[in-house]
Amino acid sequence: MTVADQQLSEYRRREQSITLSQVEQSGEDTHEELLTLNFGPHHPATHGVLRLLVTLQGEVVRSIKPVIGYVHTGIEKTAEDKAYWKAIPVVERMDYLSYYFNSMAYVGAVETLLEVEVPKRAQYLRVIHLELNRIASHLIWLGTSALDLGAVSIFLYCLRERELILDLFEMSSGARMHTRYFQVGGVMEDIPVGFVEKTREFTKVMPARADQYGAILNANQIVLQRLRGTCPLDAETLLSLGVTGPLLRAAGNPWDLRKAAPYSSYDDFDFKIPVGTVGDNYDRFAVRVAEIYESVKIIDQALDGLPEGPHITTDRKIALPPRHELATSMEALIHHFKLVTEGFRVPPGEIYYPIESPRGELACFVRSDGSSKPARVHMRDPSFVNLQALSHMAEGSYIADMIATLAMLDPILGGIDR
Amino acid sequence: MPDATGLELLAKELQESEGMGAEAILGTLYFRGHATLEAQPQRIRAVLGRLRERGYRSLMSVHGVDYYPHEPRLGVHYELLDMDKVDRVTVVVRVSTDAPDLDSVTPDGEDGKGWPTADHQEREIYDMFGVAFHGHPDMRRILMPEDYEGHPQRRDFPVGGEPVIFTYNEHESSGVTR
Repeated sequence: MTVADQQLSEYRRREQSITLSQVEQSGEDTHEELLTLNFGPHHPATHGVLRLLVTLQGEVVRSIKPVIGYVHTGIEKTAEDKAYWKAIPVVERMDYLSYYFNSMAYVGAVETLLEVEVPKRAQYLRVIHLELNRIASHLIWLGTSALDLGAVSIFLYCLRERELILDLFEMSSGARMHTRYFQVGGVMEDIPVGFVEKTREFTKVMPARADQYGAILNANQIVLQRLRGTCPLDAETLLSLGVTGPLLRAAGNPWDLRKAAPYSSYDDFDFKIPVGTVGDNYDRFAVRVAEIYESVKIIDQALDGLPEGPHITTDRKIALPPRHELATSMEALIHHFKLVTEGFRVPPGEIYYPIESPRGELACFVRSDGSSKPARVHMRDPSFVNLQALSHMAEGSYIADMIATLAMLDPILGGIDR
Repeated sequence: MPDATGLELLAKELQESEGMGAEAILGTLYFRGHATLEAQPQRIRAVLGRLRERGYRSLMSVHGVDYYPHEPRLGVHYELLDMDKVDRVTVVVRVSTDAPDLDSVTPDGEDGKGWPTADHQEREIYDMFGVAFHGHPDMRRILMPEDYEGHPQRRDFPVGGEPVIFTYNEHESSGVTR
């Protein structure tokens, strides 16, 4: 320095004394403090209104405490006040991305209580819609997770595919989301002419599009470094925490209710269960992307084998009669009147009906007391139970890994809070 | 699911296993292909531990039910799953609102390993029904705000929550401001 040293300020002198060795601050405690941050409910990366109290030591996460309840709308309480038929749209809005699964669990529980037989055609139509919804849910998961990692463009590509699926839902039921399509005893309406062809166009296109996502993400260094090897959790701990679904399958346990305890004719279809090996974030990502291909296969097989028949049970005490009969038949008119005003009565009993939703085991517990309204409806939501695994997964890792793990956990706050 | 005879045999086996006694299992129910055991509230950890030894190693769901007007009013259901045999069994425990106490199955106790999955689910039952789980590591409300009074999912709790305040009843408000 040619300038005289005493003309340098204290700051400049200190600046020159900085080396790359550890900085010692005079007089201060050099132990790192634990800092508790609020990952507030308003946050772009928390996948909904999830609040995390994160205790940090530097950049390392030491403890995570999730605080939930910000979108608790009392769905279970509301459903108690409504007739069984009218509770279907209420229950559908719980896990708002997999709405067909919510209604499937509830409707399946009520059908078990009523001991009503669902016609084969209705079961195949249900499977088609459930698998389309599974693909749509995984697409949103993929888009938002890539968004969290920084890959912003994937989000709109996934939404482009989801638009095709929502068009199919609009074609079959009139609504894109929360369609009330599943009813007790079958489905609301038979599919219109052209639905099968349009769905086949979709299934022809979807595997190629999923290949495109793979091409962008699987060879990307940033995605691989952020997902490979981060926050693994073994299957034993996951089982003790009650975690099911793609998280458990990523850890190596091939538990899938569609294969283990098939419902709604899933055993008629031939599909594989993608299973991971290590249980880190990359396996969770890869398992869900592979499930998209398997769902496309199931939809194709269901379309090939779609049987003829009624789309809802013919038991008029449970399902509405077709409109054209109301003009000529007195019994149909009376059935229609009784079903619309009071609703059908369910014999007293309790049932727990589990299905495989995109996030794990989704089950509906219905208790009926013999009247036309359910006495208790409880949805065992997979995200609510899976959230307990977050602290086990992310403790000891960096904040960035915690964000990636939260994205791979795929929590849906509507299901967590109900 | 164990079938009806399997359920009776299971109940007998649990009653005869050591330290349990005949009052541990109060009843069995086989309904629509699902097996339910009613257990005594004081023995819930022991019953779940014995079922775990019999293979039902996964606790899939813990949820509460209000059986109003039947007494004892509050019920807690434990849904167990045997993944190897694909078998499910439900254990039901009934407690009254005067003494809504149960042992929490979440922590590891001296009587065996716990079920960590029951953590948030027991908190939800406490929040919604008022059943206090003794021994739970973090017993506080989970869905409702911490200072909320009342247990919303009970049958005598109004669907609308607090009554709507009009001018004729505004002075009767419970003090909770909107």
